[in-house]
Amino acid sequence: MSSGFSSHKDGVIAEFEPAEVSILKSLVSQVLGLVEPGLTSDDPLERALGIGAAQAPSDPVLKRLFPSAYEDDEDSADFRRYTEATLREGKRADAQTMLDTAKPGRSELTPEQAQAWLRSLNDVRLALGTRLEVTEEVHDEIAMMSEDDPRYPAYVTYDWLTYLQDSLVRALW
Amino acid sequence: MTIVWNDPVNLMSYVTYVFQTVFGYSKEKAEKLMKDVHHKGKAVVSSGTREEMERDVQILHSYGLWATLQPDSAK
Repeated sequence: MSSGFSSHKDGVIAEFEPAEVSILKSLVSQVLGLVEPGLTSDDPLERALGIGAAQAPSDPVLKRLFPSAYEDDEDSADFRRYTEATLREGKRADAQTMLDTAKPGRSELTPEQAQAWLRSLNDVRLALGTRLEVTEEVHDEIAMMSEDDPRYPAYVTYDWLTYLQDSLVRALW
Repeated sequence: MTIVWNDPVNLMSYVTYVFQTVFGYSKEKAEKLMKDVHHKGKAVVSSGTREEMERDVQILHSYGLWATLQPDSAK
């Protein structure tokens, strides 16, 4: 596969087939749909300060994207109130950058755009990996999996995203 | 202490890169910490005041790493 990333001055060059751009955009849009703007309080002052919900999300993907910071529930709730809305905003901005800059063929990404891609690609992998309940043996599992297996397309997509992310890390190093 | 836990999704190359980028660690130090996370299940990646560590955890969460904070008094 010739798609992926390579170093270029301060930024990176991204290279994709049209079909790959469609897959990427569709996956990132799903993450963008999942990571809604933070649920902020009814209190206008708290809202202005970006203070959000204290409760951990129930969805396993959101729980993985926004982990609890402390073992202690009260400390965790406090941390979440002050950080989750900002984190959600950051992840949404990264996803939007990826949607705006993903193009078929060769395109140049600035260092900032490349960082947004790096985080956003990882969010997509975290979301997909959590839904597929992948383990450390995922690459061996894919190698052994029959193409008739109903899980095969999702696993192959996950594997491709893993390859892309590694390619981006190496282009940025 | 800021602790990063092992998970099956985050790539070894990515985790090393994030430690270098977020903390300014050398590649050697970042790789050692990444290996500790991978083999021992977790590693202490930074320490400092509660405010400093909360900032570190928040940045690590923005990169999708599974980071938690352990107050020093609870050691």
